[in-house]
Amino acid sequence: MSSMESALLDVRNCSLRFGGLSALSDVSLTINPGELVGLIGPNGAGKTSLFNILTGVYQPTSGEILIEGRRSAGLPPHLISRLGMARTFQNIRLFGSLNVGMNVRTSFIARLHHGLIRSVRRGRTFRAEEDRISKEAGRLLAYFGLEEAATRPSRSLPYGDQRRLEIVRALAAKPRLLLLDEPAAGMNPSEKDQLRLLIARIRTEFGTAILLVEHDMKVVMGICERLIVLDQGRVIASGTPAEIRANPKVIAAYLGEPNKKGADR
Amino acid sequence: MTLSFSALSAFSTKPRLGLAAGLLIAALLQVCSAGLDPYTTQVMIFAAINVILAVSLNLVMGETGQFSLCHAAFMAVGAYTSAMITGKALPSILPHFQWTGSSWASQISFLPVLLCAGLTAALAGLIVGGPSLRLRGDYLAMVTLGFGEIIRVLLQNTNVVGGARGMEGILPVTNLFWAVGGAVVTLYTMMALVRSTYGKGFHAVRDDEIAAAAMGIDTTSFKITAFVIGAFFAGIAGSLYAHAVEFISPEGFNFLRSFEIIVMVILGGMGRPVGVAVAAILVTLLNEWLRDLSGYRMVVYALIIILFMILRPGERLAPWWRQLVSRLPSLTRGSAGTKPEIPS
Ligand SMILES: Nc1ncnc2c1ncn2[C@@H]1O[C@H](COP(=O)(O)OP(=O)(O)O)[C@@H](O)[C@H]1O
Ligand SMILES: [Mg+2]
Repeated sequence: MSSMESALLDVRNCSLRFGGLSALSDVSLTINPGELVGLIGPNGAGKTSLFNILTGVYQPTSGEILIEGRRSAGLPPHLISRLGMARTFQNIRLFGSLNVGMNVRTSFIARLHHGLIRSVRRGRTFRAEEDRISKEAGRLLAYFGLEEAATRPSRSLPYGDQRRLEIVRALAAKPRLLLLDEPAAGMNPSEKDQLRLLIARIRTEFGTAILLVEHDMKVVMGICERLIVLDQGRVIASGTPAEIRANPKVIAAYLGEPNKKGADR
Repeated sequence: MTLSFSALSAFSTKPRLGLAAGLLIAALLQVCSAGLDPYTTQVMIFAAINVILAVSLNLVMGETGQFSLCHAAFMAVGAYTSAMITGKALPSILPHFQWTGSSWASQISFLPVLLCAGLTAALAGLIVGGPSLRLRGDYLAMVTLGFGEIIRVLLQNTNVVGGARGMEGILPVTNLFWAVGGAVVTLYTMMALVRSTYGKGFHAVRDDEIAAAAMGIDTTSFKITAFVIGAFFAGIAGSLYAHAVEFISPEGFNFLRSFEIIVMVILGGMGRPVGVAVAAILVTLLNEWLRDLSGYRMVVYALIIILFMILRPGERLAPWWRQLVSRLPSLTRGSAGTKPEIPS
């Protein structure tokens, strides 16, 4: 396979319909390794729906998706994730009964060497692997400033930290593509600044490509090298932040609306 | 008493040491059982069997969040399988051995018999769980309810196993060692499992299936695994039960029996193996008290569950219980207790 030449993610003419409603119509886009791409668009534009077809939560009504050249159609979500994709959710979905450290540990399950029997036997190799996972999870948490919270119930974290933990959990799966769905939602301005730095750092230190859905223009314009604009399920523009800002279609659909301030929130 | 406390605390810090200590206690109990009156021994055996049943159902209901209404049916599969082996198969294969409850031949062959019972029940678990665990909660409840009834009706109409009259004269092989040892092994397995990174998959499935799948966790496989492991231990419990009471009939494994096990899991706080084990012991004792009430026992259970749902003592009990358990190591060994382990 010519995985060297193929894009990390290649979405070809994907549509998604819910009954009569078209959440996505004929969406095509590509993401290259290590790229940081912003996905913007007004509420209901289909951004989360796009994430859902990428991750296999929904099957696209038509079109196809290739991850490093491999078709994801028909694969269950956990196998699609193992192709190298991890995500966060617009409405945070942490494992509420697990503490912070354990939430991160769940990302290692898909790549475990030990299964049921070895976990019960608790032999030497099992303990070595558990130690390694503990250390790696601890290191990731420390990197994102959450090490103090490792034994706290994930539910008890402040909102901004929960969002960050979700990112850490996704990163622990060692994805080549990270999908972030409105990670700054509900954050205060200083948390947003932190998040911006964090996303930039993830990209440089982990080499992960990121597709970032975000309403906050300051966040998106500041860090993304390329933007894709969705409106009513269609890609209406794509290009550099400067091009997008100048694009009349985008201004009409999104930036130029009277509630520009609202979109900035 | 201190011994069992240290076994319990060892469970939480050094699980394999806990397993060894627990098995030692089982052996000691067996040695001392000559001094116990038969009734007390019987109640202890029932308590241990209920611990196995409740702790194994807890893996399905408490840890993985799947509703199962047929645990007693898996128990029946194990009970009948093993009764057939010890009653018919073994004596016909090896007729010159002396097949009595305490003969060494029966005692030694009981381990493979228990395993056979467990494996057959696990197979039954795979057959029910495989297709139905792809469905959502309500369907699963219906499928398992139906399966429980099917097993009961099948047994009632199979003459080889005595039909509705059941099987009697089963070899009384079960003693305190097997029953308590079985409970210890079950508890160890479940605790080792849910503490391991692998075992966190059960919790992830329970908490949020969509997020679990997005993290690469095969949610269906975890659900089926929980179901099969649960059925395996239920089968072993069934086998222990059959060889303790020496008589089994399809009615003994009906829905009410499953319900009784569910009560133990709920009282034990769903998803806390030790709590569920304690609840199983308490319910066994309650059963003995309420023996005269017979039919009204279920009413009492239902009332307890309703009270539990209304008062939710679990939420208030939980911190108290966790505190107690976390103090156990220092209570019993006087050591500085727990070391800070990053993600525990
Ligand atoms: N599960 C669903 N069932 C029906 N309609 C849905 C579903 N998910 C999303 N939609 C619809 O699809 C459209 C796009 O939604 P979404 O992808 O969430 O937008 P965005 O994330 O850009 O705000 C909306 O009109 C929404 O109501
Ligand atoms: Mg959305």
